[in-house]
Amino acid sequence: MSQSRAKKTLKFLIPLGLFVVLVGFLGYGLTTDPRKVPSPLIGKSIPDFTLPTLADPDRQVTQEALKGTVSLVNVWASWCPSCRAEHRMLMGIAQEGIDDLQIVGLNWKDERPQAQDMLRLFGNPYVVNLFDPDNQVGLDFGVYGAPETFVIDRHGIIRYKHIGPVDAEVWEQTLRPLVQQLKAQS
Amino acid sequence: MIPEIGHFALILALLLALVQASLPLVGSFIGNRLWMASARPLAYGQALFLTIAFAALVQVFLADDFSVIYAASNSNSLLPPVYKVSAVWGAHEGSLLLWALFLGLWAAAVAAFSRALPLAMVARTLAVLGMVSIGFLLFMLLTSNPFERLFPVPPDGRDLNPLLQDPGLAIHPPMLYMGYVGFSVAFALAIAALIGGKLDAAWARWSRPWTTIAWTFLTIGIVLGSWWAYYELGWGGWWFWDPVENASLMPWIVGTALLHSLAVTEKRGAFKSWTVLLALSAFSLSLLGTFLVRSGVLTSVHAFATDPTRGVFILAFLGVVIGGSLALYAWRAPAVSGGGRFTLVSRESFLLANNLLLVLLTLLVLLGTLAPLIYEAMSWGKISVGFPWFNKMFLGVTPFVALALGVGVLARWKQDEPARLARQLALAAALSAAVLLVSFWPPFSHGALWVPVGLALAAWVLFSHLTSLYERLRHKTRLGGGLLADLTGHSRSYYGMLIAHLGVAVFIVGLTMLSNFQIEKDLRMAPGDRTEVAGYQFLFEGSGPVKGPNYDAQRGRVLVFDGDRQVAVLTPEKRTYLASSQTMTEAAIDAGLLRDVYVSLGEPLAGGAWSLRIYYKPYVRWIWLGGLLMAIGGVLAVTDRRYRTATQAASVPSAGAVAKA
Repeated sequence: MSQSRAKKTLKFLIPLGLFVVLVGFLGYGLTTDPRKVPSPLIGKSIPDFTLPTLADPDRQVTQEALKGTVSLVNVWASWCPSCRAEHRMLMGIAQEGIDDLQIVGLNWKDERPQAQDMLRLFGNPYVVNLFDPDNQVGLDFGVYGAPETFVIDRHGIIRYKHIGPVDAEVWEQTLRPLVQQLKAQS
Repeated sequence: MIPEIGHFALILALLLALVQASLPLVGSFIGNRLWMASARPLAYGQALFLTIAFAALVQVFLADDFSVIYAASNSNSLLPPVYKVSAVWGAHEGSLLLWALFLGLWAAAVAAFSRALPLAMVARTLAVLGMVSIGFLLFMLLTSNPFERLFPVPPDGRDLNPLLQDPGLAIHPPMLYMGYVGFSVAFALAIAALIGGKLDAAWARWSRPWTTIAWTFLTIGIVLGSWWAYYELGWGGWWFWDPVENASLMPWIVGTALLHSLAVTEKRGAFKSWTVLLALSAFSLSLLGTFLVRSGVLTSVHAFATDPTRGVFILAFLGVVIGGSLALYAWRAPAVSGGGRFTLVSRESFLLANNLLLVLLTLLVLLGTLAPLIYEAMSWGKISVGFPWFNKMFLGVTPFVALALGVGVLARWKQDEPARLARQLALAAALSAAVLLVSFWPPFSHGALWVPVGLALAAWVLFSHLTSLYERLRHKTRLGGGLLADLTGHSRSYYGMLIAHLGVAVFIVGLTMLSNFQIEKDLRMAPGDRTEVAGYQFLFEGSGPVKGPNYDAQRGRVLVFDGDRQVAVLTPEKRTYLASSQTMTEAAIDAGLLRDVYVSLGEPLAGGAWSLRIYYKPYVRWIWLGGLLMAIGGVLAVTDRRYRTATQAASVPSAGAVAKA
């Protein structure tokens, strides 16, 4: 009798048990970064866009600027500390002057004067900077935060997305070999 | 000054909530009637201060007071006044205030319309609502104060997200929140009943109208959101299985199950502990939705501000409210008696089957929504669950819901004879089979198997309900009185049920026709170019600039012909909002009951040409029409005479008491 009652009570504990498991997952979720979801855009063509450049509000750039050569599209903002950390690395890559590789900036959720100041102060590794203060194009690219770096081949296909700052290790181990490989393909 | 008044009113509301959560509850245990009776005035007071706080925030927005951070980041002096008001709930802090206001108003409504309830029950219900209110007010005051000031004061605000500058989205959140928060009443009543140990038909009867009202608001809110996404996002989609959408869908499905389960508990005394669990779950899922949207645990296209401290607070709050209520459930529910018995072939069985299917569907949506999180936590790798998975699960479960729905409406309570039931269903079955065969005809279905299946299911729901109506009227006319007398009489809830279920059939038709026959074309068109989509000719005349109150736009002109007859002039726009320089696509739609023609401007190309999106959307209106019919059914059900007479009857005993005295 008492055993069957215990069994019955157990049944009513199931919802609470499920909820405790759920809280465990949610709590875990708070400690991690949802940004690490794989980009569904890998292997896809870059989204179409039209954006003004950072240097000149009257000059518009479209997706065509990312075709014909291998591109690193770097998402950055002046308010983002890890972008500053990454900046020196990007300068190094730019100074190497690798043929057929352009670094394009996507200045994201930023203010024009601050962004321009940062480039004046620390140098400008970008051949051109797209100015996207409202995450308009960033949304289409699936940008979750800054910095992020996309590797795009000469046909405008997104090949890789790196989340977080590009440091020497990431560049030498992952990005450089990929860029070399993409350059070798016609 | 105004923001400080609002801030102060919030603090006062919190203090009243603290008293409301404790004093009446303690009173209900020690039998102190005065303490119990304090619940009502406390609830009124809290609602009053929340109204003052909300009015203060509205005034801040209308007066362009950009010294308040929240207004500075979400409004702009150029914004039309209507959108200044809707901007109040355009982001996190204001949404929370609206939540808290609605919670206060619902509690005040409970206080006002609970004369028929025992005082202890009222005291406990309002105390539970007070506890929920404490959580929200503390959350707001500690982490998300909408009245916080900014120095130096910016010259102008950053503007409301242009996506939200739309009449549909101005009223979508209030409807949705009314629904979410409304489930708190069913929740509080369930907790009060669990505490009192009295889960009876009376409890179910009190819970029903509150649940139905909340569910109706939520239905309207979801329909509005879907409609908005369709015309405003410019992709022509109406549901994206986005975490934020799922967050509203889960309480809705469980709320639907709850409505039906409450009916069984009231009428037959069965499913008691199941019903109470659903009542706890509906509101718990509303809170969970808030957590998912506000904490940044999941990413969403809705991309609200995310902040980890807020996440921790809401999770703790969830733990207390949901964990506490489920613990109470585990403690008190085993003592609840089983209630009315029923056999396998009975209305109870089919209602239970649909209840289980709806809960299964909710669990699947929950699983899909949380899958990325679960996979990562278990280090199973990364996953992103998308459209196809959700669609598959949805299509796997809902056909059975429609099947059981048709049988359940004709089955009798407690015990039915299979032969009688089969006889009544025979006509509906034959007609559905005919629909199945006819729509299977290849030139119509194009070999898509879901077309005949979907249409036959819709026919099944329709004809079984028509049979039910026929049987009912046959009985009634024998007893005297016709359809009109029936409608105005006791059975408005019956017609509410009929209309809501008709909504299900309409929704199925819309879903089936749209997903199998829609045509979407993206193409480049120069001025003067013609194209044909779905038998309509489209002539692009070119585009020109227009000026709006707070935006500049390029407006295209597309003439639509059906043969030689011009059926529409569509003027889609590409807007650039001045304050944020954000661009927005305004689709132009020629709406019709049987089809929408949808044109939106893509990108400008050289020589005045544009990339244009031309969509043909058959029966898309039926999807929302189905939702609206469900909502109308809900309204009819709550205006049933027994609820109207319940309020009158409530005054009778007190009159009797006076007479006795």
